[in-house]
Amino acid sequence: MQHISQIVFIITLGVFGFLAYKRVSFLRNCINLGKKELPAGSKAQRLKEMIFIAFGQKKMFKKPLAALLHFFVYFGFLIINIEVLEFIIDGITGHHRVFAPFLGKLYPVLMNIFELLALAVMVSCLIFLSRRNILKIKRFWSAEMQSWPRLDANLILVIEVLLMLAIIHMNTADQILQERNTHYTATGKLWISSLMIPAFTALDTGTLIFIERFAWWFHIIGILGFATYVTYSKHLHIFLAFPNTYYSRFRPKGHLNNMPDVTREVSSMLGLPGATATTENPVEIGRFGAKDVHDLTVKNMMEAFSCTECGRCTAECPANLTGRKLSPRAIMMATRDRAEEIIKNKIENEEKSLLDGYISREEINACTTCNACVEACPVNISPLEIIMQLRRYIAMEESGSPAAWNVMFQNIETNFAPWKFSASDRFTWAENQE
Amino acid sequence: MAKDMNIPTMAEKTGKGEPVEVLFWVGCAGSFDDRYKSVTLDMVKILNHAKINFAVLGPEETCTGDPARRAGNEFLFQMQAMANIQVLNGYEVHKIVTTCPHCFNTLKNEYPELGGNYEVIHHSTYIQQLLDEGKISVEGGFFKGKKITYHDPCYLGRGNNIYEAPRRVLEALDAGLVEMKNCKTKGLCCGAGGAQLFKEPEKGDEDINIHRTEEAVNTGANIIATGCPFCLTMLSDGIKNKELENNVEVKDISELIIKDIK
Ligand code: SF4
Ligand code: SF4
Repeated sequence: MQHISQIVFIITLGVFGFLAYKRVSFLRNCINLGKKELPAGSKAQRLKEMIFIAFGQKKMFKKPLAALLHFFVYFGFLIINIEVLEFIIDGITGHHRVFAPFLGKLYPVLMNIFELLALAVMVSCLIFLSRRNILKIKRFWSAEMQSWPRLDANLILVIEVLLMLAIIHMNTADQILQERNTHYTATGKLWISSLMIPAFTALDTGTLIFIERFAWWFHIIGILGFATYVTYSKHLHIFLAFPNTYYSRFRPKGHLNNMPDVTREVSSMLGLPGATATTENPVEIGRFGAKDVHDLTVKNMMEAFSCTECGRCTAECPANLTGRKLSPRAIMMATRDRAEEIIKNKIENEEKSLLDGYISREEINACTTCNACVEACPVNISPLEIIMQLRRYIAMEESGSPAAWNVMFQNIETNFAPWKFSASDRFTWAENQE
Repeated sequence: MAKDMNIPTMAEKTGKGEPVEVLFWVGCAGSFDDRYKSVTLDMVKILNHAKINFAVLGPEETCTGDPARRAGNEFLFQMQAMANIQVLNGYEVHKIVTTCPHCFNTLKNEYPELGGNYEVIHHSTYIQQLLDEGKISVEGGFFKGKKITYHDPCYLGRGNNIYEAPRRVLEALDAGLVEMKNCKTKGLCCGAGGAQLFKEPEKGDEDINIHRTEEAVNTGANIIATGCPFCLTMLSDGIKNKELENNVEVKDISELIIKDIK
């Protein structure tokens, strides 16, 4: 009889483990749709960037209040997960508060810290909820933030509040039981949960045991469910922010990646040395630029799944700010949606693609390449790189750039300047001024 | 005026066997745009004043290819880049100064991958160096009582992290420097980058340059200073649109320095 709950627990753990495994391989397949190219960088550079940006959340602090609240939630969850470890061992072995004997006097101190953090997480989440839903901060209400993305953001905040409430309730019931029944490990008075004791003392022992057990199961299943849910949500950034910032771009933001295929062709056209003779061993030239997610890199794909949908990029985007359709956040969300669709439906060849199917030319053409989105992103994502790859496809594979750009191209080809001035007039500025 | 100036070309200098310290890369706007031609001439005046041994490519200069690359036409970009690199390497150029952040970014960050390795300096940094080295100095006084706000060009600021040099140059003038709310890393684009200058904007509620001009005007500045031909055009158009030509001037930093040079 006594072992039933242990068996149920182990089965629960197994089910969630399986779900997580399935989902992780799905996500891996999505990200691996991209070409295996990663931005250059040394190990030291990468580690440093990851520690500052992901672990230290450096870029979040451009908005100090949001950063502080976010830090509570993030740090709170990180620490409270130590308690989850205890939950899991308890659940498997049938113990109660298995760490208590080992930690001795330290245990109640730890429990108090956990409770304080739980309170901080709860308060932060409530403030976040009101910022989203009562203050209606603009970046949370734009076009791409309807239906699921908005629900997702709210759901997670509500779940976090409920999970924290469960911990507090469990501790309250537990403390009363400690006094009534020596079987319960003594933790002493805990700062937050003890405040609720008066409301619970009237209850009989059976009810209290039920509350304690219910809260325990609620919390652990909640946490396991949360961990699974995260993989379906923008909250994947909890994990992916780390590899994503590790593989950051370290070149100046103004630099655009070179296309070696083009360099090879142009060199041989101009008959330059270094142009390898490609006749005997023609290199398979891929598509120029990107039409679909296969043409992007794993880095681009990792970014699509790391995006927190915070909209800081879109809030700074000059095109979006002045009412144009372009939103760098929407670019990232579209890339992710397209990858998921391909893997989910095992699509190999079809008419639909990222360009036109998910991202319109009107959006692509409106970008000023100003890098405001890249600068603003708290996890170092570059929506600009995807935009530029799509532009390259349109210009080079389709010659489909806006007419005015084609005129500009022609001017450069014939006059060596983007305007229709004669090349022979280039130096006249030095002759007849003032 | 131009006759009094000394504007040697690389071809002349090399023909005479004289080494050249700095190449002044003028850029397409600096060569053809009527408004920016005067910036080019002011930059030449500064170089002459500081007695810098410089030269220009003159008729041998061509577009860096930046607008083609930003519009997605990598072929055209690389054609331009490689042709330019052949010329630059032919003259054994080591150091380049330019008045255009787009040329600056392309020459500095994108030519190395194609075989062109030079020390490339934007004129804001160069003028700051000349001031620091005492090769030029300002009277102080010409701009007394004026308020200047500085607009960060994207390819200088976010693109290459140059925020301080232009501000240091402006501080040398005897004027008050006021910042817009969106400045430095949060500086708002003028709307011209990414080859936008060469086409009509997409449908929107407002033009980006008007939005930025309003931010600049709201600082109460009499002068909007910048360091980019495209920003200069966009903000000047914004000022015209607001009919504020008589109240607010849009100037390149070199134009401001030359007014007050000792
Ligand atoms: S680079 Fe393009 S997408 Fe990013 S903020 Fe600037 S205009 Fe918007
Ligand atoms: S790309 Fe970055 S800034 Fe934009 S929504 Fe995603 S996480 Fe936020």
